[in-house]
Amino acid sequence: MEKKIRVLVAKVGLDGHDRGAKVVARFLRDAGFEVIYTGLHRTPQEVAMAAVQEDVDVVGISLHSGAHMALVPKVINYIREYGGDPDEIVILVGGIIPEDEFDDLKAMGVDGVFIPGTPISEIIDFIKEMVPKKKEQARKKKAVA
Amino acid sequence: MEVEEIVEGILLGNKRALARGITYVENDFPEGKEVMKRIYKHTGRAHVVGITGFPGVGKSTTVSKLTQEFRKRGKKVGIVAVDPGSPFTGGALLGDRLRMDGLDTNRQLWLDPGVFFRSMSSRGKAGGLAAKTGDVVRLMDAFGFDVIMVETVGAGQSEVDIIEVADTAIVVLMPEMGDDIQINKAGILEIGDIYVVNKADLGGAEKTEKWLKAMLMMDQEAVEILSKTTHADEAAVESGEIFARMKKGKGWIPPVIKTIADRGEGIEELANAIEEHKRFMEESGLLKERRARRLSRELFDLIMDEIKERLATDESLGFREMVDRVINNEIDPHTAVEQILKVLIKENGV
Ligand code: B12
Ligand SMILES: Nc1nc2c(ncn2[C@@H]2O[C@H](COP(=O)(O)OP(=O)(O)OP(=O)(O)O)[C@@H](O)[C@H]2O)c(=O)[nH]1
Ligand SMILES: [Mg+2]
Repeated sequence: MEKKIRVLVAKVGLDGHDRGAKVVARFLRDAGFEVIYTGLHRTPQEVAMAAVQEDVDVVGISLHSGAHMALVPKVINYIREYGGDPDEIVILVGGIIPEDEFDDLKAMGVDGVFIPGTPISEIIDFIKEMVPKKKEQARKKKAVA
Repeated sequence: MEVEEIVEGILLGNKRALARGITYVENDFPEGKEVMKRIYKHTGRAHVVGITGFPGVGKSTTVSKLTQEFRKRGKKVGIVAVDPGSPFTGGALLGDRLRMDGLDTNRQLWLDPGVFFRSMSSRGKAGGLAAKTGDVVRLMDAFGFDVIMVETVGAGQSEVDIIEVADTAIVVLMPEMGDDIQINKAGILEIGDIYVVNKADLGGAEKTEKWLKAMLMMDQEAVEILSKTTHADEAAVESGEIFARMKKGKGWIPPVIKTIADRGEGIEELANAIEEHKRFMEESGLLKERRARRLSRELFDLIMDEIKERLATDESLGFREMVDRVINNEIDPHTAVEQILKVLIKENGV
């Protein structure tokens, strides 16, 4: 049996914009993924712990508050601290992100950034492509180490 | 992660190992079966509490508050929450976790080292649970949780699967939920060890509580009791007191507890009732009996699955040919089954 792809859709911090996260969660479900939605106002620790316990393949962080540069690396670091492996998880960021910060986010370990107007199909295709790719990369990295 | 690492990790209380073990089991990986074989001897210690009821009655909210209450009592709590998975797309939106109180409510269940929460899709299966929920409960049991709560899909009807995993089954209802016929139809009056009337703040809870109590008492013995009453007994009948009096010491009468889950009201009483039911089940020997019956059903199902799998994959058993022969009217279905069984039994040297 093929493993089902599990996605955590998370809202972090005081940001109350949940429309985008809910819409994305719903369409990802319709695309056949198992989606866990965290609800609003989670801390980076809470999101990271949920990612580990739910053993998800994708962590999608939705941010409209402008605090992404501070919060995203925290989530990634806490995943590692709680015993998870961010190398084998696809990390996505969505919401209001200035384009000149895309590269900085990617340098922190983010795999994809999706801003307003992104067609959902693009997100779905990205996940389908990246999940096996990241797992393979992580396997190779481990084999070398 | 390797099987060895997962089994050891689970027994040592490593959450990541538990999470990965669940993934293997849930997806039917061969490693999952291996993990299950090895952890079995470490199971049987946890008390498994099932929570079922119509959609939106407040199951997840109740689970969150009960988790807090059991943590106060020094118990470690594992939670499996099942939500419906679409039989069409295979996708699922698992939304029970978001009712767990976190830092936003000044509580810390999401990070509490004594709590583990796992969302599960039913993956299109009817009955309220996923096919592998029972195995996930066992993994949590081996990990060392004292209480494991299982929330079923809020499908409304025939969610009776919960008795396949729960030592204590809780049915959550709310006021104004339709009449007694509807509740009866759903079959949930047969499965509850404890009944909860949640959302008592909405009004009408007393009425629901009252007829629930009456319905729960309505067995053969109760009919006999009723036939002997006079008008003078009417108050005692209405309050259910007459049954309590007559049935004292004769077994478990499911209590009905009113709660306002989102405010935490009635939760302490509910936790007490769970612990009382646990004690009752242990002391009466019924816990052993219930678990034994369940295991025998499980074994039966596993054997059936295995046989189906063999028939579908092992061509030397000649299942396909036999089907063709039945289709062509060369042989009748009953004789066909007898012949296949003969081959199966011989194949395995029994
Ligand atoms: C609706 C809205 C609100 C609503 C929110 C309702 C709700 N429940 O969500 C209300 C009125 C409450 C609101 C309030 C505020 N808002 Co407002 N809001 C908007 C608005 C107009 C639309 C947002 C929206 O719903 N878009 C529709 C959804 C579908 O799109 P989306 O969320 O962007 O999601 C897409 C992508 O971003 C991505 N995506 C998003 N999440 C995720 C997650 C994953 C996993 C993935 C893969 C992809 C992904 O995919 C989606 C599909 O393409 C935007 C402007 C805009 N057009 O974006 C401002 C905007 C986001 N708000 C803004 C601001 C400043 C505020 C306030 C601070 C205003 C104030 N001073 O009070 C408050 C803050 C409230 C709070 N507590 O956080 C700013 C943010 C500026 C910034 N961060 O730099 C914006 C950009 C407006 C602006 N131009 O100034 N807001
Ligand atoms: N008024 C009132 N609302 C409540 C109470 N308990 C829970 N709720 C609300 O009822 C809604 C559903 O609660 P959940 O706990 O998600 O219900 P559920 O039974 O788990 O729902 P499903 O899993 O979707 O079947 C939420 O909005 C809760 O806040 C209560 O005691 N009173
Ligand atoms: Mg629920």
